[in-house]
Amino acid sequence: MKSDRRQVLALGAAVLASAALAPGFRLIELVQARSPEEAASTLQRWGLLIDTAKCEDCDVCVTACHEENGVSGHGRPETDAQWIRKVSLRDKQTGHTQALPVMCQHCEDPPCVDVCPTGASFKRADGIVLVDKHACIGCRYCVMACPFGARSFIHEPVSDQKADVPRGKGTVESCTLCVHRLDRGQTPACVEACNRDGGKAMVFGDLNDGAGELQRRLRAEPSSQIRPDLALNTGVRYQGL
Amino acid sequence: MMRMMIGALLAGFAVAGLAVAADKQPARVVVPLVEIETGGLCVAPTGEMRRDHMKMLLHQRDLTVHQGLRDPRFSLKNCVNCHASRETGSVLGKDGFCSGCHSYASVSIDCFECHSAVRQSRVAGAAR
Repeated sequence: MKSDRRQVLALGAAVLASAALAPGFRLIELVQARSPEEAASTLQRWGLLIDTAKCEDCDVCVTACHEENGVSGHGRPETDAQWIRKVSLRDKQTGHTQALPVMCQHCEDPPCVDVCPTGASFKRADGIVLVDKHACIGCRYCVMACPFGARSFIHEPVSDQKADVPRGKGTVESCTLCVHRLDRGQTPACVEACNRDGGKAMVFGDLNDGAGELQRRLRAEPSSQIRPDLALNTGVRYQGL
Repeated sequence: MMRMMIGALLAGFAVAGLAVAADKQPARVVVPLVEIETGGLCVAPTGEMRRDHMKMLLHQRDLTVHQGLRDPRFSLKNCVNCHASRETGSVLGKDGFCSGCHSYASVSIDCFECHSAVRQSRVAGAAR
């Protein structure tokens, strides 16, 4: 009887051990979730993968972004702020058209940070490129420097801002990858909306997380950056361009 | 000699009487009217908050923007949520918690040119 019990225990231990060592069993995931008391760290680099084949003829990502961040225009497209927009590409030879969302590409070597005279434009440790509006003087050098046209200047006084997203006249702004949501452990609003109401074309994740969905897709499937010739190593990647 | 001492004593009483009378009169300096919606539970004692709230906010804003450290105790959002007026839901306005004192002290703050001055829960409730 006793020996039987020992055998069962030993078998149980062996099962547990094999489960712990089985491939795909991720202990590291438990460590990676950042607590609110912990600063953003270089262990992570947030990124996006956008599959243009799945990107439908809709603008739920744009609507969700502007709703989440309280971005509203004055009906003047030349000067109204745009954090994300749908860009249409047309092949002149074949006439094939495709549309894709373009926002701040969160470069590893951001030109906007290089040119900022006050240090307002900066890259957070986890790879998110942001504007510290307390230091921004509204010179718009970064708007000129960005090869993706991702930055907007606020020309007019703003009211009814979202509590998590301060915005004000005289400063530059762009996509923050919904940093206030990330710090709460949520995904960006555009990704959430695309996966809920759109074509499920966006994957958000940590580019440094070897076991994550984003890295797995990037490893297994072809993808590209916009303007790879500039060697900016963008955090936003595209498929099917 | 005796007369002088009595005279001085009487003069002393008279001055003391004046002082008591002066306490009962309204103050010569107008003090700001600050309506605190939620009092006594702030993140630091009142005196410290009065002296150093701007230092706390300045310190916290850099931590939040650059490092993503969002300690809710020292966030501007938390200040607004507790101290916004019950009627207007805002810390601005004539007797608003922030603007009441700052206009009295002639301090121009530009926090609320970008930041929301409205209580969070009130906004969420209105949206529903």
